[in-house]
Amino acid sequence: MASMTDLKKRRASVSSTGQITKAMKLVSTVKLQKTRVQAEHSKPYFGFLYDTVTSIIASSPDVSSPYLTPGEGGKTAVVAITSNRGLAGGYNNNIVKLITQWEIPKEDLVVYAVGTKGRDGLTHRGYNVVADMSELINAPMFLDALYLCQQLLDAFKNGEIKEIYLAYTSFKNTMVQEPKLLKLLPLQFDQEEIAKKPSFSPMNYEPGEEEVLEQIIPQYMAGILHGAFVEAIASENAARMQAMDNATKNAEEMMEDLELEYNRARQSSITQELTEIIAGANAIS
Amino acid sequence: MAAANTFHLRILSPERVFYEGDVSMLELTTSEGEIGIYAGHIPTTFVLAPGVMRIHEPAQGKTTANIREAALHSGFIEVLPEEVHVIAEAVEWPEEIDLNRARIAQQRAERRLKRYSSGMNVMRTELALRRALVRIEVGEKR
Repeated sequence: MASMTDLKKRRASVSSTGQITKAMKLVSTVKLQKTRVQAEHSKPYFGFLYDTVTSIIASSPDVSSPYLTPGEGGKTAVVAITSNRGLAGGYNNNIVKLITQWEIPKEDLVVYAVGTKGRDGLTHRGYNVVADMSELINAPMFLDALYLCQQLLDAFKNGEIKEIYLAYTSFKNTMVQEPKLLKLLPLQFDQEEIAKKPSFSPMNYEPGEEEVLEQIIPQYMAGILHGAFVEAIASENAARMQAMDNATKNAEEMMEDLELEYNRARQSSITQELTEIIAGANAIS
Repeated sequence: MAAANTFHLRILSPERVFYEGDVSMLELTTSEGEIGIYAGHIPTTFVLAPGVMRIHEPAQGKTTANIREAALHSGFIEVLPEEVHVIAEAVEWPEEIDLNRARIAQQRAERRLKRYSSGMNVMRTELALRRALVRIEVGEKR
């Protein structure tokens, strides 16, 4: 049986860890509320972009754009959105797993990492991480998304990459976050949905359909990226909140067990002392 | 339902719904030049260029007609039969503009323009300069 001093130390350490996890849980809860609002605010913008792009394609089916056809040759790019901080349960690992278990072998992949945890995890497993934009996940701005988008589109136009995917954690609710792979480019639209669109014909385009698409598609992609950033952050905080909640509960459980064990040790040491004293007294008399 | 000579305007930026309401006229700068939109405009999609946007609000009940200005940087505008949607990459009210920052950006862009003579960088810098100038123009009027 562990000694009383050992148990006391254990108890102190578990209790302070529990306090830390409890504080972290509270912090994530507050952050979650904030980031959730942000995620909700960016939704209408994205919905509008989507509607506009689909209605352009619906009203002019013969429009041609390099963004609508897959490139020839080149690699597949994936934007991996993770966090810069750990202690969020399976949050970061799920994204890494999603990419490693993908059908596309790592030789054909280039990774654009957003978030140091994903970057390190994928580098460690031998993936080719070509860009690191971990800084922007701390406070995602639309300009960052635009900049990343520009980089991706440049590589796409140069023929370095033929398609672009996005790996992020979608925020379902506080309890459920789902890692997701999303195809960004070439753009794919549901033909049925396009057919359903009311087309405001004749819609005019200034300067021209192709120029308008040329402008809208990068903005559309940046919109998706920005939306994914804020959603991923909300998911991160939700995941951390859950992980810390579990940790706090665990610590409380351990505290109870330790308390019991400590009391037992204390009682047995008293019993032993008493036995010794009585035995000593008996020996003298 | 809006009155006959107004139309419904929605301006969206990535972070928020920037403006929503019935207006009588909207002035802004597109890649082809400055345009004004009244109700009943033919359905069109324009690509925007950095410029000052003027929203003409009609007189309504006690409020008198009013013109609100904002700095609109890029994006596009979709004119539909009943509604107008502006989908901006960045848009700011005058009170949100940091004039000092805009002035510094202007100087930086001007200096950079002297250094480069052609290529992508010039285009980007010119855009940055135009954004700075628009911000200053809108910001100074407040």
